[in-house]
Amino acid sequence: MLSIKNLHASVEGTPILKGINLEVKPGEVHAIMGPNGSGKSTLASVLAGKEEYEVTAGEVIFKGKDLLELSPEDRAREGVFLAFQYPVEIPGVSSTNFLRTAVNQVREYRGQEPLDAVKFLTLMKEKMKLVEIDQKLLSRSLNEGFSGGEKKRNEIFQMAILDPSLSILDETDSGLDIDALKVVSHGVNTLRSADKATIVVTHYQRLLDYIVPDFVHVLFDGKIVKSGNKELALELEEKGYDWIKEATNGAAV
Amino acid sequence: MTNTKTLRLIDTFLNGLSEDFGAFADLKMEALDALRTQGLPALKEEEYKFTPISKKLESTFGEIKATQKINLTAAQVAAAHIPGLDAHVLVFNNGQWDQELSNFTGAEFQILSIEENEANLNGKIGAIAKNDRDHFVPLNSLTFQEGISLEIPKGKALTKPVLILHFVQALEGNYTAPRTYISAQSQTAGTFIEKTISLDEAPYFNNVVTEIHVGENAHIHYYRVQEESRSGITVNNFETNIHRDATFTSVVLTLQGDMLRNNLSLNLLDSGCEGNMYGLYLVNGKTHVDNHTNVDHTKPHAESNELYKGILADQSRGVFNGKIFVRQDAQKTNAFQQNNNILLSEDAIVNTKPQLEIWADDVKCSHGCTIGQLDEEALFYLRARGIGKESARGLLLYAFAGEVLEHIKEESFRDYCIGLLQERLGGSY
Ligand SMILES: Nc1ncnc2c1ncn2[C@@H]1O[C@H](COP(=O)(O)OP(=O)(O)O)[C@@H](O)[C@H]1O
Ligand SMILES: [Mg+2]
Repeated sequence: MLSIKNLHASVEGTPILKGINLEVKPGEVHAIMGPNGSGKSTLASVLAGKEEYEVTAGEVIFKGKDLLELSPEDRAREGVFLAFQYPVEIPGVSSTNFLRTAVNQVREYRGQEPLDAVKFLTLMKEKMKLVEIDQKLLSRSLNEGFSGGEKKRNEIFQMAILDPSLSILDETDSGLDIDALKVVSHGVNTLRSADKATIVVTHYQRLLDYIVPDFVHVLFDGKIVKSGNKELALELEEKGYDWIKEATNGAAV
Repeated sequence: MTNTKTLRLIDTFLNGLSEDFGAFADLKMEALDALRTQGLPALKEEEYKFTPISKKLESTFGEIKATQKINLTAAQVAAAHIPGLDAHVLVFNNGQWDQELSNFTGAEFQILSIEENEANLNGKIGAIAKNDRDHFVPLNSLTFQEGISLEIPKGKALTKPVLILHFVQALEGNYTAPRTYISAQSQTAGTFIEKTISLDEAPYFNNVVTEIHVGENAHIHYYRVQEESRSGITVNNFETNIHRDATFTSVVLTLQGDMLRNNLSLNLLDSGCEGNMYGLYLVNGKTHVDNHTNVDHTKPHAESNELYKGILADQSRGVFNGKIFVRQDAQKTNAFQQNNNILLSEDAIVNTKPQLEIWADDVKCSHGCTIGQLDEEALFYLRARGIGKESARGLLLYAFAGEVLEHIKEESFRDYCIGLLQERLGGSY
């Protein structure tokens, strides 16, 4: 489904990603872990199409298409979804209006009929239940004045509505209490299926108790320096990242 | 350009004046004196620093001459109406009151010709918008024809809004000077909507003066939409005296013109009154829009709120100047002012300046201004959800601008303005 080869990216001339390789197949869940500043969000943003990151080498193929050639909106329409680490507050844009515009533009791209107000409302109601999000939140401006947890929940809610084939969750668990974490994980797990894939970027092993990954990768200094199964996450939890850093630095010398 | 040189522009008027001014001779004498001493705005004059209006007039016309009336038809008036708005309609034809095409049967207000009612109106016309206020007020005082006075008698609340349509088309001359005096007596209410219709692309100069008396506990809304031709030049002097417990709210939507200057002054003359000014300028091409606002708090316990927002594309130019005076007597004043701008192009320019003079010590005043670009983070967020770039821009700009139009209470007019906004932003949001 997703094939990343030797991906290099810079911001303002500074290299951040230094040769990422990653293969994600339908049905799989990949966890990407790593210390702060190692490039996890950069990778997520490059996949979503953020323009301030310049791809200097490598390729990304998504469902047979050159992902890097597509505009951010077309990536979303093709089925890529990024749950932002820091969702943006957008005053004056109502959540409902925003989502309906998004859903219908995605549908139009896929050659589907737009959802009318009633059908859209039904869809909203169904997905609201899934992530236990309050109607009141959705009648406000998008993310405006939302707590950290409410923003994260809203990301998963949007994901549920848009029904992507590849979901990238960038530290969706950070800052969530255990109840919220369960709700969010439940949402993600419910949406999992054999033809969909998920990349969970996380800092904490805790999340992986709820969203069980097939693979765990450690990203450090712009490269995936170690890959393994879920046992690797436990090891990281126990030993921290220092041994990885040392091993990597050692190898570089 | 020195002040006296600017008078060249109005030579025709000055030479054509007769000894005997006829009606309102005192007002006109005073206006003439004011003009002779002040001239029109000099190039470097502080109040017109960013809006070189005299230069604009000179390069466009050389000389200002009153224009003929247009052969207006009822069909043109009907076509200019706001869809779905049930209103009394007042028509101005090149600045002159057109009673025949106006329609206000059954209205709760009275209309008088200013010139024909000097006895009733002397001491009222020119008492709110004074001749020494702005260069263009005395020019209007000297040159207006067929102005009107509209009075809402004590205790009457207008059941329908009043739609004032200004049709403008330069015919032989280039200059129009509408003059309106509105008196809302105590305990009245009313909504006024004003719109200028440029009938063709020929340049004109529309020099408007509107004076409003807002009596005790009167509640007046005044809305204006400025979508003139690309060669229309307009100066609006709009001044209101607001009395005890009265409220006055204005909303100005500016979309197009060559050079548009709005001087809007609210004089809060007593306690318990409130003045609100909202404005949205959404301009492109080479449109130049200048909003100079002025709130004068003279007595304790009054409030003013002001929000102006601008979206500027292409080589358009915006100027905002917001003066707030809080006089020594005006304790417990609340005065808020905000001006936010989004520049959509490298060539668009905004100059914004709050000017607060506060002489009382127990007041709450705040002001702020911003100039920025469209929020790229927000734009990316929307696009990452599958919303196309243009729609995402539209959504964000609409959200930014919509906050101003929310202050329009008259629903069909608000819908009309929202329609104009969406048309400009290219989509419905
Ligand atoms: N927009 C940006 N401008 C400048 N530096 C950036 C930008 N985005 C990320 N970086 C830098 O790139 C590195 C990786 O950041 P990031 O991808 O956010 O890491 P992570 O998500 O793993 O914590 C950091 O050193 C960060 O400072
Ligand atoms: Mg990050």
